[in-house]
Amino acid sequence: MSSEHSKESIQEHIRVYLMVFGALGVLTVITVLASFLEVSTSEGIFLALIIASVKASLVAGYFMHLISEKSMIISILLLTVFFFFVMIFLPLISYIDHASI
Amino acid sequence: MEIPYSIKEREDTGLINSKLGIWIFLASEIMLFGGLFSAYIFLRIAAPPGDFDYWASKLSVPMATVNTMVLISSSVSMVMAWASLKLNDFSKYKIYLGITILCSFIFMVIKYFEYTGKFHHDIFPSSSTFMAIYFTLTGLHGLHILGGVFVMLYFYLPVSHKLWHDQPEHFTNRIEVLGLYWHFVDLVWIFLFPVLYLL
Repeated sequence: MSSEHSKESIQEHIRVYLMVFGALGVLTVITVLASFLEVSTSEGIFLALIIASVKASLVAGYFMHLISEKSMIISILLLTVFFFFVMIFLPLISYIDHASI
Repeated sequence: MEIPYSIKEREDTGLINSKLGIWIFLASEIMLFGGLFSAYIFLRIAAPPGDFDYWASKLSVPMATVNTMVLISSSVSMVMAWASLKLNDFSKYKIYLGITILCSFIFMVIKYFEYTGKFHHDIFPSSSTFMAIYFTLTGLHGLHILGGVFVMLYFYLPVSHKLWHDQPEHFTNRIEVLGLYWHFVDLVWIFLFPVLYLL
């Protein structure tokens, strides 16, 4: 986030923060309610992770100011996210490999 | 001695040093927790059918839901503390940072009751694979909360007034960096909550 802020822009930021706070609260309740839905395990996992991802995006985008952050930080994070997904999918590769034996 | 690029951005990165530093640190934290989430997936795939569901049913969803709300509230108060400094309102900053510290204590107290509840029922990390990864993930997250509390307490002490008075812009940047760390801790919990308690 740029270091130059007018009083009005900060007031606008505060309004957005409170809206995001409300959205996070509602999404937390939805997460809990969704866990009671009669769906298969894979559908349940998919639903819970989608809601968690939306919440995480709100926190990262607005509270951590990623939505207006410099390209240097975005580049670092994109590289990290790539390796994060490689690491997350490693167990699945192992599982597929094991299943094919 | 003045710390270089703590207020003015570097020409090559376009950032102040502390912000670049905290983001690189957070990148390493993403990989740390990512490794543990990966371990969770691996263990869950390899576990006997129903085993993880059985042990997860022993966790308290209401307590974790309250803790989620508490952490989200602390994140909002943290960003409001930073915004107050941007508005040159130091007294409001103290109020919001105080709320953040209070929320972090509430989180820890609820976690304490959650942990002791398990111990009273003879549930330990050694009880099952699920409990091992549960205590590892939530324990590591709890340590991050504790670390954040120490830094927040430092910036809440009377010394903060001197720091603010001497170099307001530098102090505001320090609080922004602290906030980035704190939001990350909240972000990790956003994923821990459904993965451990609800799935």
